[in-house]
Amino acid sequence: MKNHVWRPLYIAITLVLIGVVVRFFIVPADFGVHERGYMYGWHRKSNELEWASLPVKYRTEKVCIDCHRDKYADIKDSPHANISCENCHGPNYDHPKNPKALEINRSRSLCLRCHAKLLYKGTLRGSMKGVNPESHYPQAECMMCHYPHNPKRPMQEVKQ
Amino acid sequence: MISRRQFCRKALLIAGGVALPLAALELFDPKRLRAEKSSKGDRRWVFLVDTHKCVGCGFCVKACKIENDVPYDAKVSRTWVERYVIKKNGETLIDSPNAARDGFTTTRIDQNLAGMLDVRDEEIAKAFFVPKLCNQCDHPPCVQVCPVGATYQTADGVVLVDRKWCIGCGYCIMGCPYGVRFFHPLYHVAEKCTFCYHRLAKGMNSVCVDACPFGARRIGNLRDPEDPVTKIITTERVNVLKEQYGTNPQVFYLGLTMEVK
Repeated sequence: MKNHVWRPLYIAITLVLIGVVVRFFIVPADFGVHERGYMYGWHRKSNELEWASLPVKYRTEKVCIDCHRDKYADIKDSPHANISCENCHGPNYDHPKNPKALEINRSRSLCLRCHAKLLYKGTLRGSMKGVNPESHYPQAECMMCHYPHNPKRPMQEVKQ
Repeated sequence: MISRRQFCRKALLIAGGVALPLAALELFDPKRLRAEKSSKGDRRWVFLVDTHKCVGCGFCVKACKIENDVPYDAKVSRTWVERYVIKKNGETLIDSPNAARDGFTTTRIDQNLAGMLDVRDEEIAKAFFVPKLCNQCDHPPCVQVCPVGATYQTADGVVLVDRKWCIGCGYCIMGCPYGVRFFHPLYHVAEKCTFCYHRLAKGMNSVCVDACPFGARRIGNLRDPEDPVTKIITTERVNVLKEQYGTNPQVFYLGLTMEVK
């Protein structure tokens, strides 16, 4: 072949070689085809561990029982037994180290998540006890009358 | 001057060369075959949603957003709860205000630009709640369309996104028929439900499962025949969303009706 063909060809070959060398340094060694095959498993393997090692924030009520035995016994003996502590008090993180105290949420909107009456027959919501939030003491906190850990016990009794 | 014979020969050669798939030029790698053959592990995470039990409290959405660092007030969420109200005249109304992060506390239905629509109880033929999350499909279209290998499926069936590798092109967001993917407002990469992969790795449940007071959300291992979720999926009448797309979704629903999309 003639020189005018070879010269651009050299440039092209050099570019490809540079590409291959750069790729060698950029792409990590664990990047490739893994368990789910060529179509779904083409990835950087160490990323799986990155996801798996994220910290847990909601550590479930198992970590609450030891210190808050009285509250735990209260709620387990009530219609609210199925509600996890962290749903209302927020995630545990490293409590009591961080945060030292968890949230005590007295807002009406927390109770209304379930107890705003919606007459949807065929769902659990339709048969749950509920109120119309616009007419049921709209200015009051629910906790003034209802003890959230055991709604069957009136608040006056708990306060004594 | 090129002869007719030469022209035909070269044209065929070029057409053949173009038609040759890139994969044919790849050297055979025995490791790849072994990987494909051994993809049947002892774990396959599946999800079961019982729509009869969901009351629309939204504790699952709240817990998910906090646990997985999805900005709380941003209008995006890895999971959400939809309310379906089907009127006696056949009209179907659907809403999910703020992804149901604060639950459903009113009978008024959010219709975006049309405002809040009040439906009287007498008008309702049926109404119910449907929690939604990533279906962790067996044939995930979002993974197929990723041009850089940033999103992938693990051996136990969970589809994850490599945040360091994602270039933010958004193909996967468009490719998902269930609309479960979005751009993370802080990381600027594709974001999705991971079934709380970090919790599963520690032997825990997904956070939405732990947060649900009514057992409407459950997670299980399809490869374990003794798993209670597996027993329900294999013996009861379960359904999946958008079966017609051929994605083979792995989130199973009890109590779906045809109005649910």
